[in-house]
Amino acid sequence: MGNQAMNKSDLILLGAFVLVVLFAPQLFAPIGAGYPDLLQKFAIYGIFALGFNILFGLTGYLSFGHAAFLGVGSYSAVWCFKLLSMNPLPALVFAILFGGLFAAAIGFISLRRTGIYFSILTLAFAQMSYNLAYSVLTPITNGETGLQLAQSDPRLIDMMFGRDYGAVLPPSDLFGIEMTGYSGYYFCAVLLIVCFFLSLRIFRSPFGLMLRGLKSNQNRMAYTGLNIRPYALSAFIISGMYAGLAGGLLAITDPLAGAERMQWTASGEVVLMTILGGAGTLLGPVIGATFIKYFENIFSAFNDGILNQVFDFLPDTAREIMVSISSLFVGEGWNLTLGALFMLIVIFLPGGLIEGVKRIRTSVGKLFRGGGGDGKSPKSAPAE
Amino acid sequence: MSDFKISRRGILRGTAMVGAGLAMPTILTRRAWAAGYVNEPTGGTVTLGFNVPQTGAYAEEGADELRAYQLAVEHLNGEGDGGMLGTFSSKALKGNGINGKKVQFVTGDTQTKSDAARASAKRMIEKDGAVMITGGSSSGVAVAVQGLCQDAGVIFMAGLTHSNDTTGKDKRANGFRHFFNTEMTGAALGPVLKNAYGTDRKAYHLTADYTWGWSQEDSIKKYTESMGWETVAAVRTPLGAGDFSQYITPVLNSGADVLVLNHYGRDMVNSLTQAVQFGLKDKQVNGKEFAIVVPLYSRLMAQGAGDAVKGILGSTNWHWSLQDEGSQAFVKSFGQKYGFPPSQAAHTCYVQTLLYADACQRAGTFMPSEVGKALEGFDFDGLGNGPTLYRAADHQCFKDVLVVRGKENPTSKFDLLEVVEVTPRAQIEYDPAMLGGELGPYNNGA
Repeated sequence: MGNQAMNKSDLILLGAFVLVVLFAPQLFAPIGAGYPDLLQKFAIYGIFALGFNILFGLTGYLSFGHAAFLGVGSYSAVWCFKLLSMNPLPALVFAILFGGLFAAAIGFISLRRTGIYFSILTLAFAQMSYNLAYSVLTPITNGETGLQLAQSDPRLIDMMFGRDYGAVLPPSDLFGIEMTGYSGYYFCAVLLIVCFFLSLRIFRSPFGLMLRGLKSNQNRMAYTGLNIRPYALSAFIISGMYAGLAGGLLAITDPLAGAERMQWTASGEVVLMTILGGAGTLLGPVIGATFIKYFENIFSAFNDGILNQVFDFLPDTAREIMVSISSLFVGEGWNLTLGALFMLIVIFLPGGLIEGVKRIRTSVGKLFRGGGGDGKSPKSAPAE
Repeated sequence: MSDFKISRRGILRGTAMVGAGLAMPTILTRRAWAAGYVNEPTGGTVTLGFNVPQTGAYAEEGADELRAYQLAVEHLNGEGDGGMLGTFSSKALKGNGINGKKVQFVTGDTQTKSDAARASAKRMIEKDGAVMITGGSSSGVAVAVQGLCQDAGVIFMAGLTHSNDTTGKDKRANGFRHFFNTEMTGAALGPVLKNAYGTDRKAYHLTADYTWGWSQEDSIKKYTESMGWETVAAVRTPLGAGDFSQYITPVLNSGADVLVLNHYGRDMVNSLTQAVQFGLKDKQVNGKEFAIVVPLYSRLMAQGAGDAVKGILGSTNWHWSLQDEGSQAFVKSFGQKYGFPPSQAAHTCYVQTLLYADACQRAGTFMPSEVGKALEGFDFDGLGNGPTLYRAADHQCFKDVLVVRGKENPTSKFDLLEVVEVTPRAQIEYDPAMLGGELGPYNNGA
């Protein structure tokens, strides 16, 4: 299968990924995104999208309910903080476990159908979970206000080791390292790298090949004597565990869990992230997640004052016109910009941002070598 | 198998890089946090963070809050006519910024969601260097952001948040609220309801399903039941529901003769309009006129609901038609800049900004613990609500409460509410221990 060559390029990919993730605070600083909270969001939603991509990118099952697993992960992590310990490790274990269990239950039922019916089923389950969390299960989820820590929480394991947090609400800490700010980011970053590595291994494994087979032709797979349900279900559970992990990390960097994390808009967001970056590619989902979170946090903060500064070089009347036009697309209008960009990308680059990068690379390659590539032109979603 | 070895070596290499990577930024960041407190302004400017809902059910209020904040910043920097700076009883502010530093601000969209609001506030603290966060329009969001500010070590000046919990169960040392709460609404509205509708009434509550709604429902129940009213049912409705007809139909057959709408913002506009469309206002039940009560009123909502608000009772923190010097000065400068009168949300946000600036000026620093001490037990006047006290025990302001009614014959599209009664401060004061919670110590962050 030409494994050796493949592995070398994978290794380069992984190495570059690790470098970018570790030096993200410095790399993102020039565009105003090098502060811990946003970097944490990049890493966490990167993990979420990576997991979603294992399901959608490989098997082609479009789940519209992945936010449910994110929410379950958050709730289990916060409950673990409240009942057991402020250490993030048990919280993560519970978040992944419950994310996986929940995915197994929903996947078991939803995977009886394919295509649009599957999407609708997952959407229905996610909305049910959202409404349950919002009202019926208020004793567990604290409804709209969201589940928060309290000074009076038992924290049994912490008590056993005689840890007293005093009168303040404790932040989550890994044996003394607080999970806020940059240390919180690096905690998420290490997990993002692990998740990326796992996703790479899955993509390259025979199991990954089976999942791709599911996408291209289910009937053919079935006729060769394979039972396809277990494959689809395991992909669903794995991506549910990724989502649970992401939800747990959200709670670890900021100990709060709200029902709105499970709303259908949140499920739609991860679909957008994956498609925007490039479904079925390794890096695409992470890039898409970064892109969307950047828009949500940076573009939404532009106000008329900042725009006036940007267009300062123009004469007064021209500046006012430019400000009034562009203010429609920033600040509260950031969704509009994102929507327009999404349309453009889906129409002109159906393979997402990754396809854009590849196109640039091939045209640059053509320029220098006069056509052709160097034999390892990227093809991460080939019809093998 | 051979490929696995390579990746293991890759992992080893990766781990080494993780170590190096982890060590380096900590060296870089430690120095940044070495100041006496978080985001200590070192240059000629100081940055405030205005975190308001720009989308969602409370977007109208958020937009008005933002206008007020911008006006407050102008006045603090000595631009415009100075607004309430001229009438404020404390004369520490000179119109040259705060502590000689020019005031700058950053804005963010809370989306009326705790997650988004906290992300936005974190951005202001971590990236923009904001030394104070203010904003609101949903108590759930206010409580979440207040907790964040406590953890991060900056001051939180709550904007429009009416739930008891903000300065009750969930109060924090770094958080301060000028707006009133549901307990005060209950205490002020109770006697007025008794006079208007008597003591033998059956009430039906529709309640926004989050901390503020629950708090509002409890307070109204507490005061109406103590004067003899019966609560038939209390139904929770999701925030931002849009269509309330399914919740209003059961009211018709419940035997209730009063409908209490514990809704705010666009929710209240929708539920009230629909209740009136269903003919509730003209109904006779148990031989009495059916009545609708909206405990928390605002002019913006009255404008949205149009004719439906006529004759309906509620309470409000402030109204632009007040005739005192401070209110008039504020309405004048707000009107000159934007062309219409400010809402109560705008008023409380403007006042909070001024109060914060004044406290910093009197303390001579932006350090949260010092600023907090300057606010605690602070008595002031001239900001539109008469003599007001920032109570030290729970960081809650105490002042007169206005009971208002929707006007039958409005003279303009802003003149929609008339003040029925000004409930004096003494009547709405309560013991801070009643609402529970603990302030805890101040957090300066560093």
